[in-house]
Amino acid sequence: MDDELVLEVTGLTKRFPGVVANEDVSLTVHKGEIVALLGENGAGKSTLVKMIYGLYRPDEGEIRIKGETVRLSGPREAIRRGVGMVHQHFQLVPVFTVAENVILGNEPRKLSFIEKRKAIKEVTALAEKNGMAVDPKALVRDLPVGAQQRVEILKALYRRADILIMDEPTAVLTPQETDELLKTMKGFAANGVAVIFITHKLREVLAIADKIEVLRSGKVVGTTTPAEADQAKLAQMMVGRSVLLSVEKSTSSPKEIVLDVVGLSSDSDIGLPAVREVNLTVRSGEIVGIAGVEGNGQRELVEALTGIRKSTATKFAINDENAIGADPHEIHSMHVGHVPEDREKDGLVGQYSIANNMVLNRFDEPEFSRRGIRNMDAVNGLATKLVKEFDVRTPSIKTPANSLSGGNKQKVVIARELSANPSLLIASQPTRGVDVGSIEFIHSQIISARDNGAAVLLVSAELDEVLGLSDRILVMYDGEIVAELESADADRAEIGRLMAGGHAVMAEESSHG
Amino acid sequence: MSSDGPAQTDLGFTDPNPTLGPKYGVVKAFAIPIVSVLLAFAVGGILIYFQGVNPFTAYRVLFESALGDSDGYLRVMQKSTPLIFTGLAVVVGLRVGLFNIGAQGQLIVAAIGAAWAGYHFDLPAVVHLPFALGFGMLCGAAWASIAGVLRAYRNVSEVITTIMLNSIAIALVDYLASRPFKEPDQPLSRTPLISDSAALATFGVIPSGFVIALIVSLFFGWFLIRTTEGFRFNTVGLNPNAARYAGISVKRTIVLAMAVSGALAGMGGAVETMGVVGRFEPAFNAGLGFDGITIALLARANPIATIPAAILVGILRTGANSLQFETGIEPEVVDVILALTLLFVAAPIVSRYIFRINAKRKSKSKGRS
Repeated sequence: MDDELVLEVTGLTKRFPGVVANEDVSLTVHKGEIVALLGENGAGKSTLVKMIYGLYRPDEGEIRIKGETVRLSGPREAIRRGVGMVHQHFQLVPVFTVAENVILGNEPRKLSFIEKRKAIKEVTALAEKNGMAVDPKALVRDLPVGAQQRVEILKALYRRADILIMDEPTAVLTPQETDELLKTMKGFAANGVAVIFITHKLREVLAIADKIEVLRSGKVVGTTTPAEADQAKLAQMMVGRSVLLSVEKSTSSPKEIVLDVVGLSSDSDIGLPAVREVNLTVRSGEIVGIAGVEGNGQRELVEALTGIRKSTATKFAINDENAIGADPHEIHSMHVGHVPEDREKDGLVGQYSIANNMVLNRFDEPEFSRRGIRNMDAVNGLATKLVKEFDVRTPSIKTPANSLSGGNKQKVVIARELSANPSLLIASQPTRGVDVGSIEFIHSQIISARDNGAAVLLVSAELDEVLGLSDRILVMYDGEIVAELESADADRAEIGRLMAGGHAVMAEESSHG
Repeated sequence: MSSDGPAQTDLGFTDPNPTLGPKYGVVKAFAIPIVSVLLAFAVGGILIYFQGVNPFTAYRVLFESALGDSDGYLRVMQKSTPLIFTGLAVVVGLRVGLFNIGAQGQLIVAAIGAAWAGYHFDLPAVVHLPFALGFGMLCGAAWASIAGVLRAYRNVSEVITTIMLNSIAIALVDYLASRPFKEPDQPLSRTPLISDSAALATFGVIPSGFVIALIVSLFFGWFLIRTTEGFRFNTVGLNPNAARYAGISVKRTIVLAMAVSGALAGMGGAVETMGVVGRFEPAFNAGLGFDGITIALLARANPIATIPAAILVGILRTGANSLQFETGIEPEVVDVILALTLLFVAAPIVSRYIFRINAKRKSKSKGRS
């Protein structure tokens, strides 16, 4: 880092109807500095960077880029001034190659023909220079999420960004990919690129940021550095009160078997075996966690267990009732709650009100309908109660689910699934993209469901979550359960090795220390 | 950030439950269709002007001939009746995420079905009326179900199949009207007249078919919001993944919705036969199904809004002939206006722009981190 100031924001205010998204926000970023914007969902982080990137115009305040006061007309001008942005939701053309995506909009041309070969060469050089492994000729749709993100970053770098904004870059990554990304970001800083990154993951912030700006309710509530702060302090600044970071729970007292699975197999979307002969039991009153790098069959396993995906099994019983071949409706009526991994795709209808989402899979139960006619009073009554109980932050139960933050959306899903008092709860990535305050709340809800006698199957790519919540841990690799551990003797490094394919990686142990 | 849901056709309906729905949608929901219609009239006016006619005179003629006297009212209501039904047919499809282009085919199959049921049997009116109407609906539902089943179980696009089924339907009814169902001893391809017991009466200037259409529209407005089946329809249409997750059978819902859609289009054909034409005669039904698409989009997939949308199209269609008679303008100018309306509704950039000038700061909201 040197002292050259590349971005200076003073007194920035942005109002939307009914809310002040940013109020008098000031921020400085130096060349080669990594600045973390930390804050809960709704704290105004995205609004701030969107103003810096020219997507929103500030109502008040000033933005100075490299000493020059600017009034950005849009992202195009921001890009011209060296500001690049990697969006949380990738803006890529799936059917284009990596190189085509990177050059899109800035194509090297000769006589108005795109010079493909030159493009590929440039992109390869750029990727190598920044230590990012990616095949320029691969189609983006074939790439895993981590690689797609590298393409997004390359896009920004290709446009010569020296102020790189990254909106929750690690939200979609596996632990391994996250580590890799953090390394890459440090490399950018070393090359003189200023990085502004939004996150609510405290560990990442402490690992790589030079400076931490904490936002709450649209205001900067504190500026600190990793040397001065620790996780507890940051969490407190973000939420405005002290937060329990580690999960507190009593020891489990497992009772009768609720979920009993023997030899369950299922195929992936393209018909390849994804779940191979899995054996699994979950007892009432215990949380069984499945650890694993994403894409090792967890999604297919959960979908098979909830009836969404076809599967074969020697035995698949829920509370001693045969569930082989059952459809989602039948599984649901066996008192199974399901928190799906992708709440926006599967768990909610974004255009529906919160109230309708609260009964999405129960709308036809006698409590909420009679002779095919819906009982809206009952629906609204339940929604009002759950919104309060589960602390869903929303102006009204009539608000469309779309307009809620990630954490509040997830609370709606959790509230719905737990309110039916399931005897088996299958929770997949229950806190993905959720802010710290909500994570704490969701974890405590899952534990209290366990304490009330529910059997819980937890699937998460966040190893800390699995370690913190589970009473028993299963490690899944390549569609198989490769290990089972009591959480008391689970060791982070050991599980990490098993997740990566067990003994195959043990030879190069040192890299995982 | 939250607005990046799964890609969905934006028909402007958010929560289909108005008592639960967001208030902001109301102004917007009406603004775009109305602005679109006005824009279409403006552009249509320019075309009329270049034919050497004062556009204001032309439009006055158009509306006066449709709304000038009780004859005009009757014609408008008669014209609007099947349009309400075909509009509803398309609306029900859109709600489940299906684009039923085949209302035309379903309507003519039902029209000839109702005609056959109307002339072939001799029954008391209490039985004959519902029987002929029901038989027409059944024909429409069956015809649409071919596309529904193919979509649900073979994932064949209903857009393609319904278009093809339209052509097949035309050939089928032509054959039926010129051979087995043909009225004997006269040269035209048409069925005999239906019995009086199967004819829908007109009370003063109000055709009973029109009243049925209004009731059915209101019913579907209620059905889609208040019933569990309606909730299934909406859920499948808005997010089929979430529907599957929630235990709703997407296949069953698609088949059922397509059948209902076909039954509605069929009702349009049956009512036209039993209330206006009195028999099946191919030329009488042209275009009714296709106008249904315009109407459904103009109504933004709302069953109640289908009524004014259908009446508007009914007025234009009724006035089109007088337009030629009195000003010499080709009646096709009405087609141009309808096509432009559809264009502006489907691609509401222009309307949004105009609307934004008025509501400059009101639009942008949400989207905080």
